[in-house]
Amino acid sequence: MEGQSVEELLAKAERDEAEKLQRITVQKELELEFDLGNLLASDRNPPTGLRHAGPTQEAELRALARDNTQLLINQLWQLPTERVEEALVARLPEPSTRLPREKPVPRPRPLTRWQQFARLKGIRPKKKTNLVWDEVSGQWRRRWGYQRARDDTKEWLIEVPGNADPMEDQFAKRIQAKKERVAKNELNRLRNLARAHKMQLPSAAGMHPTGHQSKEELGRAMQVAKVSTASVGRFQERLPKEKAPRGSGKKRKFQPLFGDFAAERKSQLEMLRVMNSKKPQLDITRATNKQMREEDQEEAAKRRKMSQKGKMNSGPPGLSGKRKGGQHQGGKRRK
Amino acid sequence: MRPLTEEETRVMFEKIAKYIGENLQLLVDRPDGTYCFRLHKDRVYYVSEKILKLAANISGDKLVSLGTCFGKFTKTHKFRLHITALDYLAPYAKYKVWIKPGAEQSFLYGNHVLKSGLGRITENTSQYQGVVVYSMADVPLSPLNLPRHIKEGEKLLLHHQEAN
Repeated sequence: MEGQSVEELLAKAERDEAEKLQRITVQKELELEFDLGNLLASDRNPPTGLRHAGPTQEAELRALARDNTQLLINQLWQLPTERVEEALVARLPEPSTRLPREKPVPRPRPLTRWQQFARLKGIRPKKKTNLVWDEVSGQWRRRWGYQRARDDTKEWLIEVPGNADPMEDQFAKRIQAKKERVAKNELNRLRNLARAHKMQLPSAAGMHPTGHQSKEELGRAMQVAKVSTASVGRFQERLPKEKAPRGSGKKRKFQPLFGDFAAERKSQLEMLRVMNSKKPQLDITRATNKQMREEDQEEAAKRRKMSQKGKMNSGPPGLSGKRKGGQHQGGKRRK
Repeated sequence: MRPLTEEETRVMFEKIAKYIGENLQLLVDRPDGTYCFRLHKDRVYYVSEKILKLAANISGDKLVSLGTCFGKFTKTHKFRLHITALDYLAPYAKYKVWIKPGAEQSFLYGNHVLKSGLGRITENTSQYQGVVVYSMADVPLSPLNLPRHIKEGEKLLLHHQEAN
């Protein structure tokens, strides 16, 4: 019995091994083409098994996919491997299939103003060294940028020129000039960019007072001036009879077009329920308002009559008619 | 094109509920598909989700209409119901008024209907109630508001353009 069971076990183990091998090895007429850099396997075998299987070919397709994936993984196991932080990693070769461009070819940009000028004049860029010898610090410094060689804003001693005002701050003057140059450069860069993308820069083209401007131009200039403050015109005073500008509030945000339809429906049904439940209450309040108004009118009429009849009587009966209070407010229809 | 805001939906529902009452929730929540209200150039359209998805591909300035136009919002944000909504109001109408054939033509051309031109009317119709007018052949003609109490006299029903 034991012998038999041992034999059975051995046979079973053999069978398992054979099955595993069968799973791992796949027979194909044509060998697959592999591009391991892209993890790509191309199967050129004609799909004879699939033609006559009919519409539901799930099992055949799945078997085919399994076979091809098995072959690909067999190839991957043959690559040189290495260990990276307790994981076995295969080093993929360079991809051999060339993938097409993801984005379209960039269109040529228009030349910047300097490039146009240089082309016109035939100016070629001179080759310059990256570093320049700086006498003051005694080291090689870069030509421009951080810690550059000749930075006139960083000088500790500036001689006041003969024709300058002695009270002027020369250091501040140099820093101001630097800021202006930077701003001018930035403006030119943005202008070049706008020209490249065919956009318009916001400019003060028609805003300078000439004396010959029309009403619309003046109005536009006034609007721009109003909005060009740090708070974008929120706290600018207006003339006594000037109207507030339209559309100066925050832009309204609407729900997206295909929001959650179920949520929309739910909120609408909820609104309907609330509306239906409130309906009778509103009628009552309206009715009470009306009633009170009528009563007030009657009282007023009565008072008038009494004052007309005779001033000898005790005069108008005091402020009993003003019944404004909780009831009224409860009855008023809230927006 | 955008969905309606809370305020706009409330105004619109109040208007429609005058004619169909609680049956409005049957319009909102339909068993045979998702229908929704969308606003395009101040007009409210009742459209199924499928058609809405198709219409979203058309640019706003080229889009004329989608689904059924229920009405529009005026400049002061009041909702005005249009005759194109009749197909959806008529089946759910709570109060109906039938007018005789003789008065029908006159009504359709914009005249008032006298009490003698009235064929049938649902019971318990109160004053200033929103009703749907039918012809004697049960063809819905128009929604409108009753102007005054039925018992009183002569000039009774306003024609549909004045109803809103």
